[in-house]
Amino acid sequence: MVHFINTLFNGISLSSIILLTSLGLAITFGLMRVINMAHGEFLMIGAYMTYVVQQIFAGLLPESVMDFYYIAAIPAAFGVSFLLGSLLERFVISHLYGREIDSLLATWGISLILQQAARNIFGTQGVNVTAPSFLNGGFEIGGCTFSYNRLFILLMVALCMVFIWFIMYRSNFGKQMRAVMQNRTMAQCMGINSRKVDNVTFAIGSGLAGIAGCSVALLGSIDSTVGQSYIVNSFMAVVLGGVGKLLGTVLGSSIIGSASIFTENYTSSTIAKAIVLLIVIIFLQKRPQGLFVIKSRSLDE
Amino acid sequence: MKKSRFKKLLGVISSAALAAALFTACGQQASDTGTETSSGSSSSSSDEVKVGLLHSLTGSMAISEKSVRDAEVLAIEEINASGGVLGKKIVYAEEDGASEPSTFATKAEKLIDSEKVATIFGCWTSSSRKAVKPIVEDYNALLWYPVQYEGMESSKNIVYTGAAPNQQIVPAIDYLIDKGYKKFFLLGSDYVFPRTANMIINAQVKNAGLEVVGEEYADMDQTDFAAIISKIEAAKPDVIVNTLNGTGNVSFFKQMNEKNYTSDDYMTMSFSIAEEEVATIGSDILKGHMVSWNYYQTTEGAKNDAFVAAYKKKFGDSRVTSDPAEAAYDAVYLWKAACEKANSFDVDKVTDAIESGDISFDAPEGTVTIQGDNHHLVKPVRIGQVGTDGLISEVYATDPVAPDPYLTTYKWAVDAGIQPLE
Repeated sequence: MVHFINTLFNGISLSSIILLTSLGLAITFGLMRVINMAHGEFLMIGAYMTYVVQQIFAGLLPESVMDFYYIAAIPAAFGVSFLLGSLLERFVISHLYGREIDSLLATWGISLILQQAARNIFGTQGVNVTAPSFLNGGFEIGGCTFSYNRLFILLMVALCMVFIWFIMYRSNFGKQMRAVMQNRTMAQCMGINSRKVDNVTFAIGSGLAGIAGCSVALLGSIDSTVGQSYIVNSFMAVVLGGVGKLLGTVLGSSIIGSASIFTENYTSSTIAKAIVLLIVIIFLQKRPQGLFVIKSRSLDE
Repeated sequence: MKKSRFKKLLGVISSAALAAALFTACGQQASDTGTETSSGSSSSSSDEVKVGLLHSLTGSMAISEKSVRDAEVLAIEEINASGGVLGKKIVYAEEDGASEPSTFATKAEKLIDSEKVATIFGCWTSSSRKAVKPIVEDYNALLWYPVQYEGMESSKNIVYTGAAPNQQIVPAIDYLIDKGYKKFFLLGSDYVFPRTANMIINAQVKNAGLEVVGEEYADMDQTDFAAIISKIEAAKPDVIVNTLNGTGNVSFFKQMNEKNYTSDDYMTMSFSIAEEEVATIGSDILKGHMVSWNYYQTTEGAKNDAFVAAYKKKFGDSRVTSDPAEAAYDAVYLWKAACEKANSFDVDKVTDAIESGDISFDAPEGTVTIQGDNHHLVKPVRIGQVGTDGLISEVYATDPVAPDPYLTTYKWAVDAGIQPLE
């Protein structure tokens, strides 16, 4: 029983990590249809920002406020990735809309440049952040330990979901965004500045990747390849869920996360990876559009 | 409309290309100056002898290989300051293996064939050594390999200055058995060293009548260890024998820590965590855990005090010395001793000197001697424990152990039929 609850919690936890790393992608890839190969590097930037903020706090501020570095790191990670995402959209991706292969190649190149830049700035040696003391360890109920780190990541996912929901369905900008995604020409006719909407939407997606990087920094080390280790699962979750539907991404992440943990329980981590990939491939053979399909009135879908 | 878009695209591509070119140019320049300042143009001059350094300066292995390369440079400079080898000053040509075995092979060939180096100090991973091995054998060149490894190899063109399995793994397991640990859990990264090490450990533990309660391998880029930790909890081992390498160690120990586990709950014995790794993972998480090596920064002795002081003076106070760095430092001095005994830089004559069994060096870890028949070092084994200060202190040490890469002197290993994995 204890083992089962532990496994269940691990499954939920891994699902939430995959979901958090997929949310940004669900927006840039799911809604905007931009295949951004550099998405993982925005995650990396978020993780490094956490490290930078930690170093600034350690160097300049008294020990008593050290724990708050992590609180400060979240907006910093979001802000920097948001800005860089906006620049990337403005100077590269906006020239490549509708040309998926070209944008794939261009963003792949940018991903390599960003990785090398990280190595030049922070060195090849991986760096590490210390979790703030209120996230250290976990609490125990009946032999099961629930770690604060992982509960915190669950909370972060929930907050990000609320944030996205609010922006998309409760703000004026969200209205414009949905209009542009559904029917660009009509939205432009109504006087919406679609370039600006594209830019901000892409930047929000990149910023969310930054927040994800801030969270995964708690779980492992940070180096220039940290984005690469999460990006495959994220793409899988978005494709499995059905491109263009946020709820699909939630379900896709849950399926991949819990399937990984449960199969790994009975096999090894390498085999579990292969089995999960196989499940996704077979599923997409039967249902190439993913779990959810968007109903659209536009003719080119 | 179409034309202007095309122009824009052209602009994007060219600026991206420019940026890329700039990066490579910077990188190139850095590595070029490294070679030039040291080797200069007078490589053929009669008062100099050229050696090759072949490590990963870029890619995932650069993290580890930097310290080894630095230790070799330090040894070369020390030797030059005290008169060189056979009256000649050592200059070095440096190549970047880029963490890619095939690159190691081509660069080794370049060093031997066009740089005409007298010997090569290089490699870290077993796959890079296995890629360079046929090259040095074909050209009849000499490679000094400074890292502990899984054994099952002995080439007349390679000298192994790190530990063979019976100088790291076997004594560590003996120590654990001696301390009363009964249930072992084997955890490693999925590649040749952990798989071979665990094959050896399985045979050794069974021979002692004890139990291996689990064996798990993680992908090299694995970030989530929750399932593996669950399996450890279910298996309830007394000790975890850890052969994870690289970033996996950080994730594993962080995620053990988030479940409140310390070395009191699950003791670990690690074979790939040295001082550098402790600094990255954090001593608050690792304190109390055990490791097995031949050398620690804290190893006592005047030779080591001088080595640590010189290393810190040259590369910065925050740097730490580690077992592989020390083994690399020894390699350069052992090569010098072999050349002096041979009174020549010729590979055949130096190899003869090596195989005489008389080549030894008063190293920071204690006196090490090359065993002639298998080109490994006779060296002491030290079990260490991580302290709160991030350093590793010795809790147990053996007398110098003769190297036995194929474990032929261990009956249980012969009976278990341990074979090299390819």
